[in-house]
Amino acid sequence: MATESQHWQSASRTAPPLPAMARLERPRHVSRIRAQRGTVSATIETVLSPRNLGWLSVALGATAVLAPRPLATLTGLRAPPALLPFVGLRELASGWGLLTQEQSSPWLWSRVVGDVMDLAVIASALTPSNRQRTRALGTAGVVAAIAAADLAAAIAHSNRGRRAVASGPFSEGLIVNKTPQECYEFWRDVNNLPRFSAAVESVAQIDDRHVRWMLRGPLSQKTAVTIKTTTDEPARRIAWHSVGRSDLSHAGVVRFDPAPGNRGTLVSALLWYPPLSGTAGWRIASLVGADPRSFLREDLRRFKQLLETGEVATTRGQPSGRRSWFGRWIPEGRKWRQKDLT
Amino acid sequence: MKANCWQGTTRLRIEDVPDPQILNPRDAIIKVTSTAICGSDLHIYDGYIPTMMRGDIIGHEFMGEVVEVGAGVKNLKVGDRVVNPFPIACGACFFCSSGQFSLCENSNPNAWMAEKLWGYSPAGLFGYSHMLGGYAGGQAEYARIPFADVGPIKVPQHLSDEQVLFLSDIFPTAYMAAENCSIHPGDTIAVWGCGPVGLLAMKSAYILGADRVIAIDRFPERLRKARNDCRAETLNYEEVEVLDALREMTGGRGPDACIDAVGMEGYAHGFFGTYDRVKKSMRVATDRPTSLREAILACRNGGTVSVSGVYGGFLDKVPFGSIVNRALTLKSGQTHVQRYLRPLLQMIEEGRIDPSFVISHRLPLEDAPRAFAMFRDKEDECIKVVLKPGTA
Repeated sequence: MATESQHWQSASRTAPPLPAMARLERPRHVSRIRAQRGTVSATIETVLSPRNLGWLSVALGATAVLAPRPLATLTGLRAPPALLPFVGLRELASGWGLLTQEQSSPWLWSRVVGDVMDLAVIASALTPSNRQRTRALGTAGVVAAIAAADLAAAIAHSNRGRRAVASGPFSEGLIVNKTPQECYEFWRDVNNLPRFSAAVESVAQIDDRHVRWMLRGPLSQKTAVTIKTTTDEPARRIAWHSVGRSDLSHAGVVRFDPAPGNRGTLVSALLWYPPLSGTAGWRIASLVGADPRSFLREDLRRFKQLLETGEVATTRGQPSGRRSWFGRWIPEGRKWRQKDLT
Repeated sequence: MKANCWQGTTRLRIEDVPDPQILNPRDAIIKVTSTAICGSDLHIYDGYIPTMMRGDIIGHEFMGEVVEVGAGVKNLKVGDRVVNPFPIACGACFFCSSGQFSLCENSNPNAWMAEKLWGYSPAGLFGYSHMLGGYAGGQAEYARIPFADVGPIKVPQHLSDEQVLFLSDIFPTAYMAAENCSIHPGDTIAVWGCGPVGLLAMKSAYILGADRVIAIDRFPERLRKARNDCRAETLNYEEVEVLDALREMTGGRGPDACIDAVGMEGYAHGFFGTYDRVKKSMRVATDRPTSLREAILACRNGGTVSVSGVYGGFLDKVPFGSIVNRALTLKSGQTHVQRYLRPLLQMIEEGRIDPSFVISHRLPLEDAPRAFAMFRDKEDECIKVVLKPGTA
């Protein structure tokens, strides 16, 4: 019996619809695609773990419930004695959530909200009439520090929830007025990739299965990535993934299917990235609309232009009159999207 | 070199800019000998074309002499005299292969912008906003022509610039507008707008076998040209109710086809005129489709409405029910100029038509800013301005 993946390879010469293609082509190792983790976020994640913060909540909460008066004296608060036990109960609730519940981020955010409430209470104690003002000021400092830690932990964990799943696939398809063989050969020639891919600066062959890409990241930073070709079926498809962890880890598949009606080749590309919220660069890039899907489409468009016309349409380097300050800042309708040919 | 640069709504400036260079193997550089102001340039002038940027060199009707060719251009050599089509087309993609050059898939480097507004991107154009490629235009002393092995056509020396210049845009545009009417012998064609495209569309309609042409405008000099040069019956819409007049003239049936050669900045009296102007000035509508509405309502049952005027975005109060219930055909598009160059040049050579009759003003390039204001306001009976670089 034919497996699912053999089914479309043998029976049909037309491309499956994209959702099906995304399922069929999804590389097995795609769940292992991970972005590099920065040291700051690693520290936050270990020191300010939900477990540690949970026990902190329990300790503070228990003190406030069981010994409100000594706590009020210690912190210099003149809060009504009835208030502190309620603060304690709130802390205990946060602690219970952090220690027992699987989803930690809502409970971390509950701590942040609690910190804000506490700071408000403390602020009310900073009146000139309070003889314990200095003490209250110290308490305010400690609570502010805890609030900052809670906020960092909450943000880190909210992102981590998303980071567990790879982003993608980002998919695009374009019909190229050439045969699948011609399209395949052009893509397969490593020297062509930097001509149509905006991100790839240069390519060096390492061995049969491995090449080294010099990539230009969203903020123009350069990163070398080793790429392993996992599938290479002439005139049909090429699949690859990056080796090791880096900010530019990804897996990709490109298929060359005869377009219906003898109208050339439907070139479909699918890319899986690490969760894109993981790096600041991507976040900034997405603000200006430079999202992965648009990049992929522009890459495919240049691929098509090179194959059909032998060159990439460009206006880079043409004359213009005096630009506005805005025009100089964003050069000619974001011309940086056009690949530099020089 | 000197170039006419857009510096904001109704602000043009002749600036000194660097000479253009070959950027791709299939490029050529031409020394512009004649360039014209197109009616569609007025939409840029008036600030209705999005994604224009200050400093953009405008102009898309131009011709000249080849001064440099890229390594990939084999059919042109330095010294050739060429007319250049306003759409940029690669000649190899699906659309170019089927003769639909203004829909070329490979010539717009900023295709993503057009896709955001229109769904898909058409071909890149010279000097007509970044959404359509951001290519520097031809109202300059020199111009870079991408895909020069596909677009420009060599013209014989015995024909003057003025005879062949309009092959770059308005003559093919007018001809395609008439062709889109699927004219049968005996047909009556009504043309809204007696500007250069409208006038040439009238001539083209007769060439394609029309029996009768009715021209609609409000400027006496333009109506006179339509009457005298194009054998058209004329209607001044300030004097008559156009729909009633057309119904009477066509025996209660309506013209077989209607050509809208006006476009997005139509002018109208009364409620709808004010309504459109208010909406457009408030930027809640992009176009004033006065003439399109009228052309649709005027067309006979089962007839064709051919739109050659430029519309940019979202149109309001267009009587679409009239199209559906009366089985009208609506045809439009930027002109596939490359497809028409050879047959139309032949017509000019044979003396069957001389498009230069539309020219009202000949000025040096340096006068472009003044010429735009004059053309827009129809001062001095201005119909068509040809600019000559290097004659100031």
